[in-house]
Amino acid sequence: MKGFGSLLLRDLARFTPGTRGGGTLLPLLFFLAVAMLYPFAIGPNPVLLAQTGGGVIWVAALLAAILPLDRLLAPDVEQGFFDQWALRGIAEEMVVAVRLLAHWLSFGPFLMLAAVPASALVGIDAQTLRLVEIGLLAGTPGLAAIGIIIASVTVGLRGSAALSGLLVIPFAVPLLIFGAGALSTGGSGGLALTGAISLLLVAIAPFAGGAAIRAAREG
Amino acid sequence: MEACRLTATQLACRRGERLLFAGLSLDLEGGQALQIAGPNGMGKSSLIRILAGLMRPLDGHVERTGGTGLLDEKPVLDEHQPLGRALDFWSRLDGQCAALERLGLDDLLDVPVRYLSTGQRKRAAMARLIGQQAPIWLLDEPLNGLDREAVAMAEGLVADHLKAGGLALIASHQPFDLPGLATLSLAQFTP
Repeated sequence: MKGFGSLLLRDLARFTPGTRGGGTLLPLLFFLAVAMLYPFAIGPNPVLLAQTGGGVIWVAALLAAILPLDRLLAPDVEQGFFDQWALRGIAEEMVVAVRLLAHWLSFGPFLMLAAVPASALVGIDAQTLRLVEIGLLAGTPGLAAIGIIIASVTVGLRGSAALSGLLVIPFAVPLLIFGAGALSTGGSGGLALTGAISLLLVAIAPFAGGAAIRAAREG
Repeated sequence: MEACRLTATQLACRRGERLLFAGLSLDLEGGQALQIAGPNGMGKSSLIRILAGLMRPLDGHVERTGGTGLLDEKPVLDEHQPLGRALDFWSRLDGQCAALERLGLDDLLDVPVRYLSTGQRKRAAMARLIGQQAPIWLLDEPLNGLDREAVAMAEGLVADHLKAGGLALIASHQPFDLPGLATLSLAQFTP
């Protein structure tokens, strides 16, 4: 596992919100902004808000996860980092796995924190908030993995930001159905399925990402 | 330095619909250097990437014994980081510190990479290359953007690398002053 520590430190310095390396708070602010705007759009109906608020938090989380995609892998490919790593015998799969971990750490836990004020804004109760938090814990690794896969597939394309956003949405539908669906059924089955889908995506992502980056290098 | 050898047999390269070169063979051992000469667009950079194993040739094959260092137009240093920290990332991976005084970089360590001039970036990239301690050097236009003093320094670095038992392949359209440097013109392999 040559370079695991150095790579992870570099990635964390670049992606963690508020760090000097250019990690940005924008996805978080975007997430909170959606939660804030929602009651204005729906109107002050507490029953309606409580019923739909959890789902809105999920949609906001999904959209917030799309924002950093274009700076996830493309800059390192363009600037030749992947070439230099390849020459040093560091596999693309390892780099992508480390990047997946850093990407999740840079938005997953922060979204879960931000879900607390967001739950107050959309007016959901503590019980629903608990389901949302567990769901986000189970679902955000999957969202991160989808993001990494899409970012690696669109690596060589110009103007890939909008395209990757569009591509993420269909892949995220299963996570959304089971994760947000658990809110209405209240059962743990949906959450377990969300976790299972997440694990599968996390397992695939490094290999899919590594292959995509090698293919882009040939072009 | 570990023993090294770079052998290429009957290489051919195509970019898009255009065949850039075909039937190119070369064989370099430790202590030898070869300049690939030719005007822009002949496929010098493609050849370097094929030799580095980063691109598949249309035909032929490449054998490399020993670690390979690549210097091309990209400095491969984090733009927003100060130069010292950006180089530290590579020295942690390679377990070696670069020779900063010799390259005239010791005053620039606090300067973010994005503020460096073309020549300074090139010198920083050389520091990264030296720190890698790879016996095979693949240099793509190593003199671009360097002033006369830095050109002499770069030539000295390559000479020392050869003396230490390494080999170097230099793709450049500019003359490179190095004793015993063989030249291969890419033009003779274009169809």
